[in-house]
Amino acid sequence: MKKSGTLKRILRYLGRRKLLVLLSVLLAGCSVALTLYLPTLFGDAIDLMTGEGSVDFPAIVALFITAGGVILLTALTNWLMNIINNRITYGVARDIRNHAMKKLQSLPLSYLDSHPEGDTVSRIITDVDQFSDGLLMSFTQLFTGVITVLGTVGFMIAIDRLIALVVILLTPLSLLLARFIASRTHSMFKKQAQIRGEQTSFIQEMTDNQKLVRTYGMEEENIEKFREINERLRAAALKATFFSSLVNPTTRIIYNIIYAIVALMGALTVTFSGGAVLTVGGLSCLLSYATQYAKPFNEISGVIALLQEAIACAERVFELIDETEECADGTLELSDPLGKVELESVSFSYTPEKKLIENVSLTVTPGMRVAIVGPTGCGKTTLINLLMRFYDVDSGAVKIDGTALPLIKRKTLRRNFGMVLQDTVLRNATVRENIAMGRPDATDEEIIKAAKAAHAHSFIKRLPKGYDTVISPASGLSQGQRQLLCIARIMLTLPPMLILDEATSSIDTRTEMKIQDAFAKMMEERTSFIVAHRLSTIKDADMILVMNNGNIVESGTHESLLEMGGFYASLYNSQFA
Amino acid sequence: MKKSLTYLRKYKKEVVLGPLFKLIEASFELFIPLLVADIIDRGIKSNDIPAIVRDALLMVALGILGLCFSVTAQYFCARAAVGFGTGVRNALFEKIQHLTHSEVDSYSESTLITRLTGDVNTMQNGVNLVLRLFLRSPFIVFGAAIMAFIVDAHSAIWFVIVIPLLAIVVFGIMLLSIPIQKKVQKKLERVLCLTRENVGGARVIRAFAREDEEIAVFDRENRALVSLQKKVGVLSALTNPVTYVLINAATVALLYTGAVRVDTGAVAVGAVVALFNYMSQILVELIKLANLIVSITKAVASADRVEDVLYAPEKERKAPDPKSYEGAVAFKDVTLRYTEGADAALSCVSFTAKRGDTVGIIGSTGSGKSSLINLIGGLYYPTEGSVSVFGKDILSYGEKELLASIAYVPQKAVLFRGTVSENLRYAAPAASNEELWEALSLAQAADFLLEKDGLDTAVEKGGSNFSGGQRQRLTIARALLKKAPILILDDSASALDFATERRLREAISSLDYDHTVFIVSQRTSSIMHADLIVVLDDGCAVGIGKHCELLETCKVYREIYDSQFKKEEESK
Repeated sequence: MKKSGTLKRILRYLGRRKLLVLLSVLLAGCSVALTLYLPTLFGDAIDLMTGEGSVDFPAIVALFITAGGVILLTALTNWLMNIINNRITYGVARDIRNHAMKKLQSLPLSYLDSHPEGDTVSRIITDVDQFSDGLLMSFTQLFTGVITVLGTVGFMIAIDRLIALVVILLTPLSLLLARFIASRTHSMFKKQAQIRGEQTSFIQEMTDNQKLVRTYGMEEENIEKFREINERLRAAALKATFFSSLVNPTTRIIYNIIYAIVALMGALTVTFSGGAVLTVGGLSCLLSYATQYAKPFNEISGVIALLQEAIACAERVFELIDETEECADGTLELSDPLGKVELESVSFSYTPEKKLIENVSLTVTPGMRVAIVGPTGCGKTTLINLLMRFYDVDSGAVKIDGTALPLIKRKTLRRNFGMVLQDTVLRNATVRENIAMGRPDATDEEIIKAAKAAHAHSFIKRLPKGYDTVISPASGLSQGQRQLLCIARIMLTLPPMLILDEATSSIDTRTEMKIQDAFAKMMEERTSFIVAHRLSTIKDADMILVMNNGNIVESGTHESLLEMGGFYASLYNSQFA
Repeated sequence: MKKSLTYLRKYKKEVVLGPLFKLIEASFELFIPLLVADIIDRGIKSNDIPAIVRDALLMVALGILGLCFSVTAQYFCARAAVGFGTGVRNALFEKIQHLTHSEVDSYSESTLITRLTGDVNTMQNGVNLVLRLFLRSPFIVFGAAIMAFIVDAHSAIWFVIVIPLLAIVVFGIMLLSIPIQKKVQKKLERVLCLTRENVGGARVIRAFAREDEEIAVFDRENRALVSLQKKVGVLSALTNPVTYVLINAATVALLYTGAVRVDTGAVAVGAVVALFNYMSQILVELIKLANLIVSITKAVASADRVEDVLYAPEKERKAPDPKSYEGAVAFKDVTLRYTEGADAALSCVSFTAKRGDTVGIIGSTGSGKSSLINLIGGLYYPTEGSVSVFGKDILSYGEKELLASIAYVPQKAVLFRGTVSENLRYAAPAASNEELWEALSLAQAADFLLEKDGLDTAVEKGGSNFSGGQRQRLTIARALLKKAPILILDDSASALDFATERRLREAISSLDYDHTVFIVSQRTSSIMHADLIVVLDDGCAVGIGKHCELLETCKVYREIYDSQFKKEEESK
């Protein structure tokens, strides 16, 4: 059911290239027909060589001229067909990838948060790649293969019915044999893959933690364990490699036997009929058809496996494309908001079973500096997810300047927030491009000014190519430096509202102090939300929300909370005791 | 590739016999067209039915014999290739285990893993294919040509002309498409990188409302990829039609020459059919050969990557300093550079820690704290100066000896898949359950374990079923179990709240055996009670002493302290 749906969708993608597909089919038909026609020309030529002094040269030359035309035409159709097939498959792959990417941008973040990154990436890259490979192979081989088989059967029957019948009936034996071996080796390959997986995760664990392995002196033990796994892998690999390599020789013996039978029957027919039913040229023809008939069978069985894999891959991409999108966007533009933020009895949880935020209400006046503190997992970051509308509330409402979030266009909402997260996301692009992400049209002066404000200018200058250094995992930026770059981004856009989620957690306290000044300046007259682990950094906040288990348990200023002597006071004192 | 081929040495017999049997099988195949010729020229022409039957039976017999030979050959080849792969893998893993730390650093973890798995596999497959086909295919190509000469030297001239032409076309197109193929690969990597950024950085992209631009950029790169793929496609799509034209043109020429030869009575029709069959055999094998060469190039590239690690020169150690030193750990004018010519990670650091001392090491990110710790454990050796542990230069210790006296808790809390007790017993395989619990409660880890399944609590890969703070406490418990005279905590309590950290510190100082503790931290509160504090800044020890002294004398220390404490004091 699902499979047929996938096939239909693949056909729909192909449907956009109807003309090319039609052309491909036509060319394939021509190419195969011509390929099959050629041996009969050669067979006729051989028949004209009747013996010493009696060769009919004019007739042979005429045949050869026809053959020359056929050869050139075959080559041309074949080439065109290949080019068209390339166009079709790569085009389809491009369309699917673009669709997937478009989808990615409108997927709810809950999807991205709950699916491993590698899985999503491999759907868009590896699966599409395998799909297009499979599609290409099936186009070029499956189709021509089927036509070749049918054509060969036709030509063989035209030459000699009985021999044709023998070939048609016996050749599938090789297929059965190949399938038999494949099904037997399947379990061996599975075993090999399983041991290989075990080995890979062992290697991964051990290389990841090289230092630890050394300090506990586990090297010899590891080597011993590795050898043991490797030995098992050897045994499994030997079996799998050897038994799967039997396919070729065993199918070949069947072809050889068929070949011998065709030669025998053909020769006997020629002899007994004295050339009336079958000629020597006809026999030579039959022999070359017999080999041609077998080839596509092998290819087809290979291609069918590939096609199945391709369909499975397509299914995985389509799954991604079919994910439900974020719910409909609002229509209101949010321009120059005052920055009043209200939460009205908001409840939210990531999974229905595990309640998180329950019935939280809160009013933040414009320009207020709000700090959110509390132990890990208490819902601090969740609050920010709701503000940015990365997630939607289950019940209640979040309002900005009195407008509920779902009414506001997501983009304008988000553009009005400047966000720095603990996870630093930098792109594989230059430092300049990374800083200018929120404002690609920024001038160099503005970018440098932002970098200076974020205390990033001095280390950027020391990078090999300064602002033109391309950031990559190998460029050796420390976590703290990465965080400074993310801060510079915000310093450049200066949006009306700010969200700082552990924005300085990887920066040492000395530098942090310096940045705090810059932040303080920026936060003047801007509504801002700060999540911080180090309580020392948020003492100046206008309001501190203390969260625990999804609820705001206390709120107030630093002093009033300390006086209260509650949860905040004990958190604070434990940091400085 | 050459060097690693030594791992085939154990399989000499297989390496010789495998291809040899293949060749025998191949030569049987070369006889088939001769038998067909015999059927036509002797059997059909003179109505010699027994000859026809005999020839056909001979074909079957040759086929069966060929099957026997090739099955044996496949076995030998598989054995040699798999054995080779196993050998290389073992050697490589051993090498990686024994690389010193700075050497491992120069390869990233993921490349080490791909080299050990993917690359070695590619090599193994390469060896298997070479043994199976590399001799067979050329043998059939040239064998067919030679047989053609035996059948009729005059007509066989066309073989001499067409074989090199075919070779030029097949390999030429392959060579031409390799550079474009590489470009395609690069573009694909670019598309991969973009995808990864868009998945991993979704929050940021949306925060900046850049979705449409991202779609446009992706579309552009995707288009570029496809246009390159099409370009390579046009080229490689040429292989089939061009070889088809060549081989069939040669067949036409061959048949014409054959016709002339038949007309003059030099050869019989059967011989022409045989020549015709030999011609068809060549094409198939040549294409196999081209595919084979692609696999070989891949295998050689993999082999280069593997050998890169396998034969990486081991670093030379300088001679140990024979003098003996005071104290538990002493640094004397230590400078450390990870690679030659690089900036010093530590420069001219000197201090002495007495037995039983608690030493605090503090400094901002990248100031050299972890480098200093790595030197104590002998994971690196100093570029200049000397480090001594318990009076002996670390260079004079055997590899294991030094590490045996150190319990180290790394920055990243690492747990292995298994159970908690298995993880703890890495440090002390013979420890009793009581001892495990004792270490766990010292490390403040007993409480949360009791809520789970105690010592049998399962640990998922990387310890992902524990929180960061729980992982850290478990790794500390593991280190405590080792009861080593030197305990190193490398910023390993950073995820603990302050109260828990304080309890941990107290538990450690109450340990009932002689122990010297090193605590690396960014928090002054974690190290202010230490007997000796080393303040690092840009690799230099800018302050050494106790908390109160340093507050007076060391500007960097005071700044760090102030950044964490001063405002509180003011507000009080």
